[in-house]
Formats: sequence, structure tokens, C-alpha cells
Amino acid sequence: MKIVVCVSHVPDSAAKINIGADEKNIDKNGVSFILNPYDEFALEEALKIKDSIGADVVLVSVGGDEVKETIRKGLAMGADSGILLKTNAYRDSISTAKLIAEEIKLQGANLVFLGKQSIDGDNGVVGQLVAEILGFNSVSVAVSFNLNGDKIVAEREIEGGREVVETSLPAVITAQKGLNDPRYASLKGIMAAKKKVIDEKEVTVSEIGVELIKLKKPAQKQAGKILGKDSSAVPELVRLLKEEAKVI
Amino acid sequence: MSELNKSLKGGEFVTKATNPQTVFIPEDITEEQKLMAETTLDFIEKEVVPNLNDIDKQKPGLILSLLEKAGELGLLGAAVPEEYEGLGESFNTNSIISMSMGASHSFGVAFAAHTGIGTLPILYYGTEEQKKKYLPKLASGELKAAYCLTEPTSGSDALSAKTTAVLSEDGTHYVLNGQKMWITNGGFADILITFAKVDGDKFTGFIIPTNSEGFQAGEEENKMGIKGSSTRALFLDNVKVPVENVLGEIGKGHYIAFNVLNVGRYKLGAMTTGGAKHYIDVAVNYANERKQFGREISSFGAIKHKLAEMAIRTFVAEASTLRTSGLINDKIAELQGQGKTYSEAMIDAAEEYAIESSIMKIFGSEVLDYVVDELVQIHGGYGYSEEYPAARAYRDSRINRIFEGTNEINRLLVIDMLVKRSMKGRIDLLGPAMAIQKELMSIPEFGEKPTGLLELEMQSIAQAKKAVLMIAGSAVQKFMQKLGNEQEIIMYLTDMIIDIYTAESALLRTLKVAQVGTKNLEFYEKMCKVYLRDALDRINTNGRNAISAFAEDDELKLLMLGMKRFTKLDPVNSVAIRREIANKMIEENKYVY
Repeated sequence: MKIVVCVSHVPDSAAKINIGADEKNIDKNGVSFILNPYDEFALEEALKIKDSIGADVVLVSVGGDEVKETIRKGLAMGADSGILLKTNAYRDSISTAKLIAEEIKLQGANLVFLGKQSIDGDNGVVGQLVAEILGFNSVSVAVSFNLNGDKIVAEREIEGGREVVETSLPAVITAQKGLNDPRYASLKGIMAAKKKVIDEKEVTVSEIGVELIKLKKPAQKQAGKILGKDSSAVPELVRLLKEEAKVI
Repeated sequence: MSELNKSLKGGEFVTKATNPQTVFIPEDITEEQKLMAETTLDFIEKEVVPNLNDIDKQKPGLILSLLEKAGELGLLGAAVPEEYEGLGESFNTNSIISMSMGASHSFGVAFAAHTGIGTLPILYYGTEEQKKKYLPKLASGELKAAYCLTEPTSGSDALSAKTTAVLSEDGTHYVLNGQKMWITNGGFADILITFAKVDGDKFTGFIIPTNSEGFQAGEEENKMGIKGSSTRALFLDNVKVPVENVLGEIGKGHYIAFNVLNVGRYKLGAMTTGGAKHYIDVAVNYANERKQFGREISSFGAIKHKLAEMAIRTFVAEASTLRTSGLINDKIAELQGQGKTYSEAMIDAAEEYAIESSIMKIFGSEVLDYVVDELVQIHGGYGYSEEYPAARAYRDSRINRIFEGTNEINRLLVIDMLVKRSMKGRIDLLGPAMAIQKELMSIPEFGEKPTGLLELEMQSIAQAKKAVLMIAGSAVQKFMQKLGNEQEIIMYLTDMIIDIYTAESALLRTLKVAQVGTKNLEFYEKMCKVYLRDALDRINTNGRNAISAFAEDDELKLLMLGMKRFTKLDPVNSVAIRREIANKMIEENKYVY
């Protein structure tokens, strides 16, 4: 069977982010990029299937040349090949989903894994959109996954608990932390990845539904005020909580 | 190939300039090498760091299972050729893995002993049968190795070992008797690379399985640091070792012992450098979080100075580490091209750059010790508490200045090797030294001040080299073969050479980076300027101390004038520069160079 895993190239969560001069992109200077952490769970799940029953695991990613670094990382973890849908144009979720869905159709894959969201855009809908476009079943935010024939039993994380669901192939699954414990890229895997193929395909982004106007940093937190050190400060504190903060 | 494009011979940097294009720098690291570094760092972060307390308590089986996991990832077999089921990675790649292993505390010690001095002797000197038998299992981690050179009465003076090996009457095995001390991995190793004297005087290597009858391990040492690393005395009481377990030739054990240490010393330099990078991250993080007097302590000049100086020394260490790695790496390729086997090429290349490897051992261990000392200081009282990582970093670092040859022994070796190579005609120190004597008697030329990037600084390095040659030349003339007795002078000279090699490495890295351009170039340039000026001050002090120890009257005056002439450089505003260097890290909350 063929499994597609969609991977995103995202800024390291520890990186300090500044907004670029055009206000529509981040300043990439000095920012290291990583394989989107949720996509690591997605890839691991696909690799587990490959290990147990055999599968051809194909990575699909959208973006510029720099994304190849992340695809290479996925190949080093054990995926078989990669496809870069090459474009530097701005995309919203639906345009990204359309590009990916088109490629999945071409690949003839009937099982697709994605992270539940990319930690850069944080829209968290591409997986479900892809399922909708392809007419596949969809399980989002999966924390457990079991494939038997073409039957799928999965668990989803919901507020305060878990939901056990059953569906069947073809399906799109989005992965949540806890689904598995992603493997390291072994040195052998890294060397093997060198010889694996990344197929680059120029693509054009279709009509954009949601346009990005600008990026803004969150408002700076105001420094705290010290009103006094003993009970004499209480009346002033109460006054400020009432009048300024308006919380009581 | 023009002279300037060829790699220098080992030790030749003392007299010759290096073309920046020929040095290996961090910016040359490939995508695969980066991924391997990432795997190593991930492994440490997820498997080692959460277990550090248990590792230090020597929880049974823990370090073994970690070594085995490292084996699965390929980390133990990176240097082992593919024909023996390793990965056959280049020397440079192995350097990068060593650097990434730098902040793994006791695990790193077990790792380094196993993959370095435990595995390399068999790789370098083993017979084909020995290689086939042991290397695949050492690469996978199925077997763990230890290296047994030191004895209770022979530490730095390794060849005075007392362990004996006597051939059995039927000629099938040797019987070993003796005691080994401070054996890393001694509590769990499956095989020991051991040295013993055959017929009382033939120093010889052996591979001893620890399940041999008569072998016994002592109690764990109660150590100041690296508490999780198994360190034991080992006892050999009539241990029978089959003749096929002799490693290398009878009476040639010192080649094994010393050549393996050449690589070990270089690698210790690489690991300590990696450790220093990590602990700067920790220091910056803490300084950005800790508030006193209503502001982050990273906003204070006193702390900025510390952070900047930690970064400068570490930047210099990394440049020096990879420069050395590149020299060895390229030499291996060159020798293999000339038809030498992989093992021969590795041994010869490491021997060629033994001087640089000793320098890296000394410098790396002293930079890390400086960094962790300031790390504790920046943490204040919390630095003294086991609740924070600074305390462990501090005590675990200290051993690096002691093992793999104390830094003092390595300082003596640097000069000893230089003098020997010069006497044997391997490198020419005499010619340049004579030229300097002449230059001293002439009036200095005042050319135009150079204006290119770090051009002035490169000139200063060339001048500082003259200072070393001047003093070394005079000292050799004065003491002849007895220079070895003047250890203080040797220490001064080695310290001058270390400053030259490391400052030059930082300059070369920066000049090479300038060709490709990087956002950090201006910071690199500034770090070079500050470091070089401090180095020149040290060179001047060390030089004057050395001269005063042996020169008198006119010679004293002449040499002192020479020192002044060869270590002169206009000052820079080092306070402002250090603030900039610190600010960049404070803003990005990590070591960024």
C-alpha cells in the first residue's frame, strides 16, 4: 500500500521570531527550521505500518527549495521518497489542501497522515480539507490508530477525555502528540536518505480565499506595579482593581 | 597547487601562514552532517538528560542500555568502516558527532572511552580476524570496551607499567599479572585493551575478555565528578590470554598506546568545545530569566562581559577544533590516495597532527572549565545547588584537564614534538628562527597600515610567531638537549603557541566565511579582534617570563625589545565589543556563533 505523509517546514518552536520588513513574512535571519513536530507523529505512524505490513511511504510538502531540508529529515527517519510541490507564493489553507489533494490523487494513496496542525500558521484544517476534497474519511487529532485490513479504529482527543471512532480506508488522519514516540533518524537512515529521490514539481497556487494583510506581534505585557509592602496598600489595590482593571 | 593551497604539515603553523580557503569551518558542515548532529543532540536531550540523576547513581544497567541505544542509532559505529558493519563516516563527520556529544556528562565519558580508546586500537592495529570478531559488536554496542594503560604507579609515565605477560610453555597463551587504575567503563566492559610487558621489557597490547578467569574488577571509585561513569581498578591474577589476542606486534604496544591517544586528545577537544556551546545556552537562558533589582541580570555589564567572554573563547575553540579536524581528515584522504590502508592512513594522519591534537586537548578542556565556572557564577547561589544543571556541569568538566594525558604533560609534549620534528628535518624551525635573529638586529620597517578585513590582525599573528621562534631558538641554543629540564620555560612557550594556533584559527574561519558572506560576519570579526589582543597580551607576558628565566645583559635587552616589537597591536574598545557580542545572544536567548 502507498501512504502519503504531508510534512511542513516550520520555524523551531524555540526560535525568537521577528516580523520581516514586508510585514507579511517572518524575518528568517538566524531562525532555524524544523520538521513540524506534529508531522513527526504522522510520519512515525506511517513508518510503523511500513514496519509491520509493508508500505511505500511518500512525503509531500509544499513550499520553496528550503523545504527539501525537512523532506530529507523525513527520508532519514525512513520514508521512501519525497515530493516537493514547489512554489514560493502565499497560500491559505484551502489552496494548500487543493495542491496536496491533487498530488495524493496522482499517487493513488488511500491513507494519508498529517500533523493536526503546523506550528507556524496554526490553522489546523488542511487535513480535513484534503479529506473533503478527496471524499476520504477523516479522523482528526488522533492519539491512537489501528489499521486492520481496511478498517480503522482510532482514538481522538476531546475535552476531558477520549473518543473511540471506527472508519475505513480511504482515510485522512491528523496526528496529535501522544499518538506514538517518533523515532530518531539513525546515521544509517541519514546516509540512505542521500540516495532517495525528492521529486520537484512546479505548481501554481489557485485562487486565495483568505488573504494575509499583515503579521503583528502580541502586545507587550505591561510591567507589574508594586503599590506597597503592607496592608496600607490594600485600599489602593482595591481601587485599581475596580477602576483600572475593572475586574471587581 | 601553489604552496599556500596545500595543508601545512603538523606543527608547521608555528612558522607558516595558512590559506583561509583550506581550513574546515563550521559553515562547511553538510546537510547530512547537520542531521547526524541533530540525531546526537536529540538522543542526549531525550534519553540522557532526563536520566542524569539515575546515571550518576550508577543505576544498574542504565548506561549499558543507553550505549546500546546509541549503537542502534549508529553513533557507536560511525568511525568503524562498513566492512566491519560500521558506517565508515569521515573524520570530520566523527568530529561533529563528538562535538554534539559534548554535554552528555558521564554518558559522554562512557561513549568516548568505548568508541575511542576502546575501539580504535583494534581498528588500527588488529589483525583481520580480530577486526572481524570485535568491530561489528563494538559498533552495535553488543560488546563494550575499556582501555587499560594507567597503573597505580604509572600515570603520566605510562611506559613504566609493571603488569607482566609471560608466554606459556606450549606457546598458546600469555599469562598476565598486574593491576590497572582509573579504568573508565571498568565496571561493565566486555573486553579490555590492556598493556603489559612481555619478558619484563617488551611493552605490548592485548585484548582481554573480562570473563577470563583471574580477572577481577575493584570497587567503583568515589569521584569528584562524572559520577555516573564507571571507574575502577582492575586486577589481573594469572589471567590466561590466547596468543591470538595479542594486539599489534610484541614490544610495539607504545605505538598503540600513544597513537590512539593522539586521536583521543583531539576528540576530547571536540567534545569539550561542544559542551561549552551548550552551557552558554544554559547561562544565557538563566541570565535572561533571573531578575534582580527589577531587571534581568543579563542586562548588567558584569554579566554581559562573562557571557561575551564565554562566547569568544568557545567561538575560537570551535574554529580551532574543526581546523584541526580538517587537517587530519584531508591527510587521511591524501594517504589513502597514496595506497595506504584506512588504518595506516588514520594512524599516520593523527600522528602528523599530534601537536595540534594536544593543543586542542588543552585548549578545549580549559575553555570548558572556564565556561562552566562562569556558568556557576552567573547562577549565583543557585549555581551551587543540585537543583540546577550548573553544579553538575562544573564538577563533570574538571576531569578533562586530567585524563588523556594531563594538560601539563600535553604542554611538555607540544614543545618536545616540535623540537624533535625540527631535529629530524620534518619541519624547518631553524631557518625561520635564524631569520628572526637577523631581523632583530635590523631597524623595523614601518609599512603602510593594512586596511583589509583582519589584515592587520593576520600580520600580528605572523609577528607573534616570530616571538615564539625567537625565544624557542634562544632557549634551545642555551640549554641544548637539557631544555627538557626547564619545564617552566616549556609551559610558557606552549601557552604562547596555543594562543597563536587558536587565534589564527578564529581569524582563518572569519576570513573564509567572509568569502561566502554571513549575517554573523561582523560579530566574528569583532570576536577575533578582542581575542587576539588578549592573546597578544598573554603572549607578551609569557614571553617575558620565559626570557627572564635564561637571558642576561645584552641578550636580555635584545629579546625584550623583540617581544615588544612582535606583540604590538593598537587597542580596540573591548567593553563595547563584548556588550554587542553578549546582546546578540541575549536577544536570541542562545549561543549564536
